Amino acid sequence: MAATLQPEGVARTLNGHPESEDSTTSPRWSHMNRLLSRQGAYTDPDEYEPGATPLNNISNSRILVIGAGGLGCEILKNLALSGFRHIDVIDMDTIDVSNLNRQFLFREKDVGSPKASVAANFVMKRCPGCTITPHVGKIQDKDEDFYMQFNVVICGLDSIEARRWINATLVSMVDMDNPDSLKPLIDGGTEGFKGQARVIFPTMTSCIECQLDMHAPRAAVPLCTLATIPRQPQHCIEWAHIIKWEEERKDIILDTDDPEHITWLYQTAIQRAKQFKIEGVTYSMTQGVVKNIIPAIASTNAIIAAACCNEAFKIVTSSAPFLGNPGQNNYMLYTGDSSVYTYTFEHQKKDDCPVCGNLPKGITLDPESTLGEFVESLAERPEAQLKKPNLRTEERSLYYSTPAGLEESTRPNLKRKVREILAEGEEFVVNDPSFPEVTLKYVVRYGT
Amino acid sequence: MASTNGQEVPPPLQDIPTAKEKKYDRQLRLWGAAGQVALEESHILLLNSGAGVTGVETLKNLVLPGIGQFSILDSAIVTEADLGVNFFVEDASLGRFRAAETVRMLEELNPGVKGHAITETVDTFFDVGKGEVAPFQPYNLIIVAAPIEPTWLTHILHCAQALHIPVFYLHCVGYFSSFAVTLPPAFPIVDTHPDPTATTDLRLLKPWPALAQFAAEKTAMLNESESSMGEEDDATSKEREAAKARRAHDKAHIPYLCLLLHYLEQWKQSHDGNVPATYKEKTAFRNLVRAGDYNEENFDEACTAVLRALNPPTPPSSILDILSAPETHNLTPETPAFWLIANAINQFYTKHNQLPLPGSVPDMKAESSVYVQLQNIYKSKARDDSAEVLATVRELEKETNRPQHLAVDAKEVENFCKGAAHIHLVRGRAFQTAQSDASLRFGDGAKVLAMELSMPESLVGLHLAFLAWDRYIATHSTSAAPEVGGERLRVPGGATTSGADDDDEAYEADVAKVTSIAHTLLDHLITESGTGFLEDPEYSEARERVGKFVRELVRAGGGELHNVASVTGGLVAQEVIKVVTRQYVPVEGVCLFDGVQGRTQVLRV
Repeated sequence: MAATLQPEGVARTLNGHPESEDSTTSPRWSHMNRLLSRQGAYTDPDEYEPGATPLNNISNSRILVIGAGGLGCEILKNLALSGFRHIDVIDMDTIDVSNLNRQFLFREKDVGSPKASVAANFVMKRCPGCTITPHVGKIQDKDEDFYMQFNVVICGLDSIEARRWINATLVSMVDMDNPDSLKPLIDGGTEGFKGQARVIFPTMTSCIECQLDMHAPRAAVPLCTLATIPRQPQHCIEWAHIIKWEEERKDIILDTDDPEHITWLYQTAIQRAKQFKIEGVTYSMTQGVVKNIIPAIASTNAIIAAACCNEAFKIVTSSAPFLGNPGQNNYMLYTGDSSVYTYTFEHQKKDDCPVCGNLPKGITLDPESTLGEFVESLAERPEAQLKKPNLRTEERSLYYSTPAGLEESTRPNLKRKVREILAEGEEFVVNDPSFPEVTLKYVVRYGT
Repeated sequence: MASTNGQEVPPPLQDIPTAKEKKYDRQLRLWGAAGQVALEESHILLLNSGAGVTGVETLKNLVLPGIGQFSILDSAIVTEADLGVNFFVEDASLGRFRAAETVRMLEELNPGVKGHAITETVDTFFDVGKGEVAPFQPYNLIIVAAPIEPTWLTHILHCAQALHIPVFYLHCVGYFSSFAVTLPPAFPIVDTHPDPTATTDLRLLKPWPALAQFAAEKTAMLNESESSMGEEDDATSKEREAAKARRAHDKAHIPYLCLLLHYLEQWKQSHDGNVPATYKEKTAFRNLVRAGDYNEENFDEACTAVLRALNPPTPPSSILDILSAPETHNLTPETPAFWLIANAINQFYTKHNQLPLPGSVPDMKAESSVYVQLQNIYKSKARDDSAEVLATVRELEKETNRPQHLAVDAKEVENFCKGAAHIHLVRGRAFQTAQSDASLRFGDGAKVLAMELSMPESLVGLHLAFLAWDRYIATHSTSAAPEVGGERLRVPGGATTSGADDDDEAYEADVAKVTSIAHTLLDHLITESGTGFLEDPEYSEARERVGKFVRELVRAGGGELHNVASVTGGLVAQEVIKVVTRQYVPVEGVCLFDGVQGRTQVLRV
């Protein structure tokens, strides 16, 4: 059925263009050329044709890089020095001074400028012959035609939301009659000394949504703890952030980059901490909590970004086996704080994946609990992580978070018990307007 | 607070970050101010050669976080081939010294970092013939990129070891890379940043009096029967309801630590004073706790903690090794502070049969004030333990006639006590180098490596392939005078002396030569580890795997793929940071990266 969609096909579908004629002979690429001009120890002589083909495939492919931050800067450099000539990069952010310890394409003078254009210009200047087109904006503002132009998409993002969106979009774009519609998605992520690199062949291998539960959100501190029994300095900061700001400054929109705002939260938190004799509130911790800062260093970004680009290079050239070939490993977990450790494995595709599967997921609900309790749990359930869920069965709307009119008319259901509203064995679906292509199908089982 | 002229000055804003703290914010959250200072006081030397990308990528990842200084020794001239693979040269660099160009472009990354270019060869700069260690003194750490003339490498390693300077030796060829690390003979790390869940040490099986008493107070209500509460004759039903609600609230806020201590006392009474030890007993104990309340969160927390928290705080054997190490017991006036503290900790351990208490308490459901009291009980015990150790340290200083200027910092003692259970000691040893003669020995690592040979997933074959690659170079370098950029070293699969790069025959001949060397090394390894270790089909399969690694290495002809160089530069930089800051746990032995399969492995060799 999917014979035409073999990932190896990606390399073959790139037709030669005259502009790349120099790359096979130019001494500039001699390191790469020598390797690509020889059969490898792990290549199949029937599959890999050394010489001009892999080189042309590199210079003719179009790559989309999502994110021009810590990973993105590295990815752009790596692609340019792997011979890629047609690269697009999209990022909506501007450069902050705290980026400079790792985002090496930016300088003091660039603070405040858009990341995508500064990064693109720097790499183009350093690597003549490589064209990088910057897009300053949100990935959600681009349509299918935009994404259809590329052969490979590489993500260097810090947000799960954006990853889910591009994953669902690329899965929905796959047309079984058109091999070009299958865009390999390579995703990198880091946190301190840890990170991961994974390759997805949409509809063919486990997708980001299949793997969502590997990135479960941190459990939020209950509001009542913040309001009545704080114990940790972080509880005092969250209290200032979530409760006190609303009470005292609700007319001012909180800007976590405004030092005055952070200072106010910091001092409010300190007062709270003093009252409860809690030690340890600092300015830096305040910033960390309210901005949800994740530690980031150049070395981990270098490792993960290059691991991603190495996979892109292998996919485009077929010069060595790559991650993500169906039935093979597709996920590399990296830990660097205690020695160096990688775990490379195959994450299995899920038949009940809300994006690339079609089976409903069984869910056990206490018939005596309320629908509202379940709706609330959707934000933290590892497989869902939906903050604005809409729930319906085939016949009825159960609850709609948006729009306001529907919310109002379905709100009374939140107080009703599960047994009054959902029969055992009944199917219902959950959507969220933030992820139009994600549909969670559930089938109800009663239990506790 | 001091105020001038009686005028009230508003208090200054506390700890608002400086410009530097803002720039380095994301990394200070990992290694802190002390780590940053260590980084800024370091001077790293890169001895670059060959394709020369990995070393420069490593430095990029060190310049960005703010290493103090770096030097690049590289006699190569920038060629077209550099432009396609190295980000820190530009078209205008063609024909100039690669050392100078890469230093200039790396320096642009961070105005706070100073770089130095050395365009001589190792031979002349370090005067290898004379064999003096002095020229190495300015550097804290040396990174050597292969290929390198083997006698130079031996000299560098020898001098660095004499000066206790860590050395990294790296290879990056095609889809593969490796780096070997030699650290000083005793390299202790106090701040290993263990996983917070692993560090929790609550001493529930052996509570000290203050803790036991606190727990008894907080759980007293569990001993009273519910009916005895609010049963006064004149109590209205409303009052009774209120008392019941208060009781429920109080019960739901007993910290789980206290719950566990309470039920442990109960358990002991019915088990001859013994605590639950086996898995079965712990499960039974958990049921006892569970029966205390089936719904409340604090009882949930207590049940979850049973298996973790009821283990006796036995120090890991690695810690006992440190406490019994010769350095711990043979103190001299100049002994590094680490060993003096280790001696004091050992005395503490001998006396109390446990390590000093770390003193941190995990978050748990509790009233704020009760939780803070509990924290203070742990903190105060930790302070007492630490004070006892410090007093011993001061005595040891007197006994060993330690000079005043070497007095041990009290803060260091405190940190040691806090992390005592997770301290790590590396016994650095020289990595193996392949010489032109057949002198390579695997030593006491042979057994472990030979075991790896039969594992299909192991990268031990890649290690052998790199050793064979080095030996090929050692036996094929021309006797001509050293040229710039180490070109007199002939790399397998690379350009031949006749310049015929695409010569298939020469390529296949190189594959055959290196394979033959690698297979010989494999046999040596098996022999050294004990005879008949590997039988067929394992033996043939191991040979075949080694052969494949070799072919893929030779395929690259000594060329670097930028992505693989960049992965490796990230790994090496990370390890340099760990070594320089003395934080986290560094790689010991050799770390291999297989870019075909997308994975790494560390071999202790």
